[in-house]
Order: sequence, then structure tokens, then C-alpha cells
Amino acid sequence: MRRRRPGPRAEPAADPARGIELRGVGHSYGERTVLAGLDLQLTEHRIGVIGANGSGKSTFARLLNGLVQPSAGQVLVDGLDTATQLRAVRRRVGFVFQDPDAQIVHPTVAEDVAYGLENQGVPPAERAERVAAVLERYGLAGHADHPAHLLSGGQKQLLAIAGVLVMRPARIVFDEPTTLLDLVNARRVAQVVAELQQQVVVVTHQLDLLDGFDRVLVVDCGRVVADDAPAPAVAAYLALMAGR
Amino acid sequence: MTALALYVRGTSPVHRSPAGLKLLALAGLSVLLFAVPTVPVAAGALAAVLAVGVVAARLPVALLARQVRAVWVWLVALAVVTAIVGGVASAALVTLRLLALVLAAAVVTATSRVSELVAVVERLCAPLRLVGVRPARIGLLIALTLRFIPLVAERADRVREAQAARGGTVRGVRALVTLVVPLLVQVLQLAHTTAEALDARGADDDEARSGRMRG
Repeated sequence: MRRRRPGPRAEPAADPARGIELRGVGHSYGERTVLAGLDLQLTEHRIGVIGANGSGKSTFARLLNGLVQPSAGQVLVDGLDTATQLRAVRRRVGFVFQDPDAQIVHPTVAEDVAYGLENQGVPPAERAERVAAVLERYGLAGHADHPAHLLSGGQKQLLAIAGVLVMRPARIVFDEPTTLLDLVNARRVAQVVAELQQQVVVVTHQLDLLDGFDRVLVVDCGRVVADDAPAPAVAAYLALMAGR
Repeated sequence: MTALALYVRGTSPVHRSPAGLKLLALAGLSVLLFAVPTVPVAAGALAAVLAVGVVAARLPVALLARQVRAVWVWLVALAVVTAIVGGVASAALVTLRLLALVLAAAVVTATSRVSELVAVVERLCAPLRLVGVRPARIGLLIALTLRFIPLVAERADRVREAQAARGGTVRGVRALVTLVVPLLVQVLQLAHTTAEALDARGADDDEARSGRMRG
């Protein structure tokens, strides 16, 4: 039996100028409402999301590439609905998790980076070239055949980022990417985020990570309570937390 | 480097040989050793494996020695029991045979990437498509298992350390229960996030994945 040759899928028509849109979005886990009444259009290059633990930040992040589907309303990425055009959305929106150990799925470094490309049906020669390039870029080239579990925490987070970037998504969502890292590695990851050409949405507790961002959302009790430039948004967040 | 991640980068003819061929040779060697149970054949097989591993594949002797060290207790126990039951010649045969197979498996895994071995398994499982099984999922399952064994061991160590730091006992059934329950919770959380990560990285693109891991 001849194997079907892999190849890029036909992408549905999309409008990158529209960015990420949330229209009347809400989300509940059973009876517990974690997000409600979100109407936002995210077109800026770097967007931060801050809020207390349990405020709904991580659910918000997961809505943006369809890992979580809204209980109410619509999430659109470049005009594509996360509910009905999920694969196309996920090709456009990469996701970096807080714990890289959960994101690394192959035993060795290069194989893990290649995983997303295999899923996309990228031919082996191009795959090898792209993997080598991204490992070089993040200082992991010397670890290509090393077991992933032997990397340091910072290297694992860089590997997780490399595994997403190699897929060339137009937008990347980071869910607390520096929380588990020491200062040096947190700075390294912050630098990586700052250098990205893609649109980035970063959920974080590390407020200095937001320096140079274009827009910061403050989430509290499932609602966006402040939406501003970093300085006023952080001030609003600190004032909110001071009252608790 | 653990026994689960043996691959040693190289450009030898053994490294360049298809993983399927190496697995086939390993299977053939196993059949030969059991079909012709004589000391000269077992000794010859062991010598051939060492020649392929050390000379042709240029693998470090220390790496092969580590693999033998991992099973030496079993080798010795088996040799002693066999010597008592069947005599010294039988013990020599059993020991040489097992040693040859352990080292042959080590040579195969040290010269083949996990992805290449997984791709062979996927090809072997291809007929299962007829009954609705996705070979790519089986391959992913193997890769995830290899990836998560050391990770779960690491998490177990963390739980043990946390228990010890709080004065917990490290012996007995109670200690085992107090280890298993938090470890299980952690592993389930990890599994949930990993499932999300797989989704985010396109694990559902099954059509494209029909041609995965061949590069």
C-alpha cells in the first residue's frame, strides 16, 4: 500500500490585520465562572496579561489558541474561529507552557523540536534544516542528541520555545514562561521574548517582563479591570492588590 | 546518560544503516542464538557484536560496559543457577548468549535515534490502520513513555525529598502510600498539561503525521 505523501494543508482564508478578537467571551468550569464579558481586539505586537492567582489568566491564554473553548461568545484569530477552524488557528498561534517538562514530548532535544514539524508534514530535509537553525539560535545546537531531561531548567524552557518557534507561528502565547526559572534564565527567556518578531501575548507575574510592551491587561475575578500601557496598568494592578 | 537515552552521535556505517535493518539483524541474532545453542556460536556472536559495536560503530567501550553492569547481577545469578542445574558448559552458553543479546541491543540503540526506531514500529503497525488503529499514535506513545520514565522518576525523588524534609519516614508500606498518592496527582497534572501541549503542537494533524519521523 502506498503511503500518502505528507504535505502542507490548504489554509482557510484569513485576515492577519484583524489580530485576535474576543467577542462576548465567557468561560465556566461547571458552575464556576472563571471569565465573563470579554470584548477585546488584540493587534499590538507585545501584550501582557497580569492578575492574581486564580484570576482567570491561564484560561484566558488557553482561549487564544483553542486549548480551551469559550462557554459563551467567540474567539477569532485572524478572523478564524477557534471553535470551527481549530487546526488553522493552532498553526497560527503557538503556545509556551509554564512547565517545559510538560511540553517536551520526545526523549532527545532535536527530536522534540522536530515534533511539531512532523505534525505539519514538513519534508525531512527542510525539517532537519529548520531544527538545526532554531537549536543554533537558542544555543542548544551542542545538545541536539542529548536527553531532554538532562537539560537545566532554563535550557528546557528554551527548548520548549524552540519547539514552538520552529513551527513559525504568527503569534505566540506564553503562560508564565519565567515562573520556574532563576534570575539569569528568566532574563534570557525575557530577552528571547523581546526579540521575537511575532505577536506575543505573555501571561506573567513578573512585572519587569512587561517593560517595552505595547499593552497590558489586568485580569481580576474573570474580568479585564484595566487595559492600558504597561506603567498605568501595573499601577492599577498594584493598587488592586494593595487593597487585599 | 541513562539507559533510556543511549544514542551516540556518529557517522559510521552502522549509524547510517537503516534502523529497520538493525532491528532485523537483532531479531535474527536472537533466533540464531536460540536455534543453535552451542558455546562456539554464542562466543562467536558475542565477538561479532563487539566487533560491530567497538570497531565498526566506534562506540565507547565504557558505554557497552555500562549496559553489562546494569544486568550483571542477573547474569551472575543465572550463571550460578544454570551451573548448579546443568553444569558449567550450560552456564557458559547461557551467559554468553545473554551477554551477546544485551550488547547487540545496546549497539542498536546507541547507533539509532529514538525517532528512527519509533518510525520502524510505526511502519510495522501500518496494517493496523485497517482496524482503525493510528500507527502514529503508537509511535507517539513509545516516545512519550521513553521521555516520561526519567521525568516521573525525578518527580518521585522530589516527593521523597519533600517527605524527608518534613521528617517523613522513608521505609515501609505507609511511606510507599505517601509517595504514590502525591506522585499520582503530579503525574495526572503533568499528563493533562502534556495533552494540551500535544494539541498545541498539532498532534491531531493525523494525515500529515502519516509521513512523520523519516528524516
